[in-house]
Amino acid sequence: MSETPRLQLKGMTKIYPSVIANDSIDMTIAPGEIHAVLGENGAGKSTLMKAIYGVVKPDKGQILWNGEPVSIQNPAHARKLGIGMVFQHFSLFETLTVTENIALAMDDYTSMDSLAVRIKNVSEEYGLPLEPGRLVHSLSVGLRQRVEIIRCLLQQPKLLIMDEPTSVLTPQAVRKMFETLRRLADEGCSILYISHKLDEIMELCHSATIIRGGKVTGYAIPADETATSLAKMMIGKDLPVCSQDKPVIDGAEFLGVQNLSRASSDQFGTDLEKISFFVNGGEILGIAGISGNGQQELLSALSGEKPVEDNDCIKICGEAVGRLNPDERRNRGMGFVPEERLGRGAVPGMSLSNNAILTAHRHGMVDKGLVKFNKAAEFAKKCITDFAVKCGSKDDPITSLSGGNIQKYITGREILQSPTLLVVSQPTWGVDVGAANIIRQSMIDLRNNGSAILVVSEELDELFEICDRLIVIAEGHVSPSLNVAETTKEDIGIWMSGMFPGGPTDTDTAALESSRNEEQHAS
Amino acid sequence: MDFDIFIQILIAAIAAGTPFVYAALGELITEKSGVLNLGVEGMMLVGAISGFIAMAKTGSLLFAVLCGMTAGALMAGIFAVLTLTLMANQVASGLALTIFGVGLSAFLGLEYTSIALPGVPEIHIPMLADIPVIGQLFFSFDILIYFSGALFVAISWFLYKSKSGLILRGIGEAPKSAHALGYNVIKIRYMAVLFGGAMAGLGGTYLSVAYTPMWVEGMVAGRGWVSLALVVFATWRPARVMFGAYLFGAITIAQFHVQGFGIDIPAQLLSMLPYVATIIVLVFISRDQNTIRLNSPASLGITYHPDNQ
Amino acid sequence: MLLKIEPRSKPSKTMKYMSPLIAALLMLISGLIIFTLLGKNPMEAFHAFFVEPINDLYGIGELFIKASPLMLIGTGLAIGFRASIWNIGAEGQLAVGALFGGYIAIIFNDSNGFFILPLMILAGALGGIVWASIPAFLKTVFNANEILVSLMLNYVAILLLALLVHGPLRDPDGYGFPQSVLFADSAILPILIEGTRFHLGVLLVFAGVIIGWIFLLKSFTGFQIQVAGLAQKAASYAGFQYKKLIWIGLLSGGVTAGIAGVLEIAGPIGQLLPSVSPGYGYAAIIVAFVGRLHPGGIFLSSLLMALLYLGGESGQMNLDLPSAVTGIFQGLLLFYLLAADFLINYRVRLNTPQQEIA
Repeated sequence: MSETPRLQLKGMTKIYPSVIANDSIDMTIAPGEIHAVLGENGAGKSTLMKAIYGVVKPDKGQILWNGEPVSIQNPAHARKLGIGMVFQHFSLFETLTVTENIALAMDDYTSMDSLAVRIKNVSEEYGLPLEPGRLVHSLSVGLRQRVEIIRCLLQQPKLLIMDEPTSVLTPQAVRKMFETLRRLADEGCSILYISHKLDEIMELCHSATIIRGGKVTGYAIPADETATSLAKMMIGKDLPVCSQDKPVIDGAEFLGVQNLSRASSDQFGTDLEKISFFVNGGEILGIAGISGNGQQELLSALSGEKPVEDNDCIKICGEAVGRLNPDERRNRGMGFVPEERLGRGAVPGMSLSNNAILTAHRHGMVDKGLVKFNKAAEFAKKCITDFAVKCGSKDDPITSLSGGNIQKYITGREILQSPTLLVVSQPTWGVDVGAANIIRQSMIDLRNNGSAILVVSEELDELFEICDRLIVIAEGHVSPSLNVAETTKEDIGIWMSGMFPGGPTDTDTAALESSRNEEQHAS
Repeated sequence: MDFDIFIQILIAAIAAGTPFVYAALGELITEKSGVLNLGVEGMMLVGAISGFIAMAKTGSLLFAVLCGMTAGALMAGIFAVLTLTLMANQVASGLALTIFGVGLSAFLGLEYTSIALPGVPEIHIPMLADIPVIGQLFFSFDILIYFSGALFVAISWFLYKSKSGLILRGIGEAPKSAHALGYNVIKIRYMAVLFGGAMAGLGGTYLSVAYTPMWVEGMVAGRGWVSLALVVFATWRPARVMFGAYLFGAITIAQFHVQGFGIDIPAQLLSMLPYVATIIVLVFISRDQNTIRLNSPASLGITYHPDNQ
Repeated sequence: MLLKIEPRSKPSKTMKYMSPLIAALLMLISGLIIFTLLGKNPMEAFHAFFVEPINDLYGIGELFIKASPLMLIGTGLAIGFRASIWNIGAEGQLAVGALFGGYIAIIFNDSNGFFILPLMILAGALGGIVWASIPAFLKTVFNANEILVSLMLNYVAILLLALLVHGPLRDPDGYGFPQSVLFADSAILPILIEGTRFHLGVLLVFAGVIIGWIFLLKSFTGFQIQVAGLAQKAASYAGFQYKKLIWIGLLSGGVTAGIAGVLEIAGPIGQLLPSVSPGYGYAAIIVAFVGRLHPGGIFLSSLLMALLYLGGESGQMNLDLPSAVTGIFQGLLLFYLLAADFLINYRVRLNTPQQEIA
């Protein structure tokens, strides 16, 4: 490639008080190149991208844009240069319309009406249709991402940054998005594609920069690599694998859900429609699905944070618990790890030790209405050792820990209480590979001891690694269950769009279409 | 005859409602940016005494208004530094502002308690004012009342038709997103808070210079707090703020008229009316949490700083 | 910029204790400036304001008399504030407490039983509870904002007290003045230290602070309150009953304010007046914050606030300083505290070139 690179980074460095997020990073992207930035959670990918987009100011280093040194002041400046970014956690405004959302990122438009027309045209041209007048909170997660993408495309970017874009898409939708990205690249747009999913990178990207601990650890042509070799560059060693050796346990039904229906209390939410499933002792049941399809509502009903009217539709070990609160359900042997760690699973501003009291208080930490802080401290110490939580001491504020260590601590706190039923949401979201492996292994060990585990996750790879059976949730409906050994990610992907028996799009045509799709995959 | 009295009450209600219009519209803009400033009462008091002193010293209404607005904005500036730069809790800072304003205004007003001002003349718009009923109702007010009407039109246009208004709403809705798109959240919030303070100061000035017109310690008498309630009652919409403001104007003057009708109710009971009405209105509107959630700025009252991500 | 502000990796414990002291110091410095601007000799004024009121035993007694309602209410409010329940209605709850307690004193004005004082205190507590349960009920049932409701009720309570003291509770032989009869000795708190007005009520307040301390920092309910204040979702996740905590948070302020109202009328005042508090209910908010929502800190900060009240009176008498200065000092103290708290999570240091840090 002899032409001037579209973007060149030289010695980019960003230091935060507790961590060096980027340490002298060099990188080059040619026009029309799809370039992967590969690294595990916390490696510093997002910080680097934000520096390119002008959200974060680098402490050192140089950015060359089309060969010219630039200092990118802010996102408006970046957009003027021709840089667009699709954020992992979207930068959208829920109560505004699609047009208003896009207007906020446009530095020149004449009127809202003409902008709406442009949105309609461009979105249809790229095969990503959008209704400009819709309020964003009424859109599905996939459509919200589409708003972000169209927002960038309207400015005819020369460089498009995509931060973990596929976590909100079904495998089929991912393929469709890849087509759009390839077309953009053909038109000369460079793409920086940030991901930790190796198969996607091998399929899509022309080249890759691998980052570990804030430093570049290698450059690669993904097509020439294997998943194993890329992983080795990414984490510095082979991907850890959980040891399964599953004993055969014929457990009783520890969680039974029968005909659970509920209108969401949040008007932005999803209604639950006649949900039925069960989890037996000695098995892990996974719930797959795109986020925003009723997972939150289902979990708050299961945890008891929002109890349900019909007491009988949720049963723990055969006892009806629908109307009980979380405390009462924990007394019956349930444990729960929510997806929001700080602010729900743990109290920011409290120490590790006091955070143990939050759910483990029933294990001898309260006597005659007074808290026995020494008991809590003992528990916290055990949890820190058993789950390899990296921290200064049990008295450190929980906010001083990394995301992975917080998650290990919360999961550990729930598991140490020996629950007969453990419900876990997004067990390894945003967690580094090492911590993720510890967390997954601890769930498998708990299962092998005879407990029942329910895992809700958006990561299909994870569900296929640890679950025994899978069900899919789509628009508040759940599918029948499948044995993991007897299904594929492709099939689950189709179900994730609602096309399963009894699902929201289970019309005859949809069923026909899905079976045709399956045939195609088979051939 | 009865109709005449009705018109008189209506006109009086509009005048009594005008301090609410200013303070609540100002607070509406502040809250739209995602900041909850509970110091309205304090800002109104300091605005009232500052405007009053300026009027007493110079006799210039314009100067009085400017002084009242500046004083309100300075008070809001203290709040802004605490909550936006130093990231202090907004509830505590707002309370501190009110407590400080009560003390400061009492202190500044020591030598002005027995002075009466001439008030502000009504402007009868030629021709229009002579139209029966309508002329009285719409075209014979003092200039500050006309200005409050203009302010309402300007704010409605700003919020829903201008790009700046869109940015303001966006920042109140999702400051993180706004920051990611390159907007200076803190700077814009500063402006919104200062504007809210200036309007509260103007509302206070209206009270002391035009409505009463005199200075009495603590004369705002809870109007700042009622204004805060009005913003909730209006579910953050300017037109409803106007309606609420005049409704409360009517409730405030009702006590005088009830006595005028010769009904014997103790004065204290009548004085309770606006406060009890505020509670009833709050309960009425708060029952429907979905409407509140849909209309209230999502980041209202939550400390945000771009470096804290 | 020469100075650089950067977040600390964890909150500074030292600054947590230092910031109220910094705030008090800044307030004193501001005081000197204000005195100078008013044309007074700053050191003389300082002496009159902050030293003279407490340079004898009587003065110390007065300090505790003034501090005790602030201490008691501050402790009660702190319980609510820790749960992020903002009870701004202590002033009204105090008035209703005084009204209830005063009513007992008035109807038993002719009898001489030992039961009268305890009954008054119980009645005062009940009055505070009744008044505080209105915002609690409206919040738990209708989601009505407790800040605005409790505040509006202050105005209502004060008008109610004025109404009754002007009417049915007025002393029939009082020449029409709006005040009740003077309470009988059996309804007056006994003085404990000769030569002062230091009465039994102050000891009751000390007991209240200790109970508050145990409740807030040692009890499981106190733990739940803290969780609810820091993260409501975490409280719901743990299964703590938020509505119950709202009731506790509001009623704790109501009980303490109600009792404080009785201690005022059965102590320094000795009868029911249309106004029974110089803004203790609001000042207690400042006391609670400056005391770090911790009963120990509240003990100290209430003494400081009491000194501001006494200083205002003394400054007015000796130097013709307007007593409204007290209100300014109170507001400034809270401003400075809120500003100084920034240093708990951030530190300021001289800006050095980045290379050296790396």
